[in-house]
Amino acid sequence: MQLFSADLHVHTVLSPCGDLDMSPANVVEEAAGKRIDILGITDHNSTRHCQLIKKLAAEKGIFVIGGAEVTTREEAHCLTFFENNDQLEAFQQYLEEHLPDIPNDPRYFGHQVVVDEQGIILEEIRKLLISALDQSIEQVRDKVHRLGGIFIPAHIDRPSYSLISQLGFVPPDIRADAYELSRHTSVEDMVRKYPYLEGQTFVGGSDAHMPGQIGTRRTLMRMEKVSFQEVKKALRGEGGRSVKIEPVPARK
Amino acid sequence: MEKKITVADVAAALDLKVLSGEKGLDRMVTGGYVSDLLSDVMGHADAGQLWMTLQTHKNVMAIASLKDLAAILLVNGNQPEEDTARQSDLEGIPILGSSLEAFEITGKVYEHLKKNAIIQR
Ligand SMILES: [Zn+2]
Ligand SMILES: [Zn+2]
Repeated sequence: MQLFSADLHVHTVLSPCGDLDMSPANVVEEAAGKRIDILGITDHNSTRHCQLIKKLAAEKGIFVIGGAEVTTREEAHCLTFFENNDQLEAFQQYLEEHLPDIPNDPRYFGHQVVVDEQGIILEEIRKLLISALDQSIEQVRDKVHRLGGIFIPAHIDRPSYSLISQLGFVPPDIRADAYELSRHTSVEDMVRKYPYLEGQTFVGGSDAHMPGQIGTRRTLMRMEKVSFQEVKKALRGEGGRSVKIEPVPARK
Repeated sequence: MEKKITVADVAAALDLKVLSGEKGLDRMVTGGYVSDLLSDVMGHADAGQLWMTLQTHKNVMAIASLKDLAAILLVNGNQPEEDTARQSDLEGIPILGSSLEAFEITGKVYEHLKKNAIIQR
């Protein structure tokens, strides 16, 4: 078994709130400089940068799990990850089908651009990506699982856009593969506040919107090698594999 | 003397649809609460209130039951999800429906409760 360092929650310039410096090339450069082994790419309701980042990251020895941070009908953010490009594309189609036709206004929300390796803009996405899909959390989960993907409700400790803020508590039959905690809390504090979460699997991600934030919150994954299936097994704690949120370094 | 009004009274007066949980129509209404954040309802709603929301998830029922709310009123023509309606039938906490938006139907509920001296403010 080996220990791998993962940041599972990173936005790019495609997210309206993503910094213009978050081009695929810059994201990969930053992650490489910070010795990240596994990078989760999670733009709001879009997977359009995942394939390019996968390619660029592979050259630096970083393993990418691509997906999206989905906004469900209840306005709960959920991280989703897929193993290959076919599944990513199938999920992209589902997102486009279920995202309401509300145009983005960059003056208020920021630009939503797909760029190439050099950072040249290929396309500006018209529909506002931070809208909620017309799909419930269970419908999104089922779609992700049918595609063989990973489903992780995001920052469930937060007072907005989280499973707990929107639904009051974690539905007992939610069948999530893990729960993400933001950097504002720890597993210990969370379980103290919500004892029913005892024994669940937790991961941490930086929710980076700017290069400097990448890798500031990580999950340590103990597994045999890096692969999507190994990540799945680690989340289930199979065969001695495990995941653990890296303790937050003390503030200076 | 204290005035009393039931979920059925409110439903009839404001022309609301009864979507599920009929057997709870005689529950007393003591006020109202409007919110779509279930964490907020959990923290701030009081027993006996009619809860107006657009959320249709099953957790809505769990919270209504936990807080002993009189009934749920779905706005905007929203329909409860199947398991939400089933839970409502089971627990006898009605889910009502209105095609009006939250602003309008809340105003009507407020007026009605005030007219019947259920709320004083
Ligand atoms: Zn989020
Ligand atoms: Zn995010």
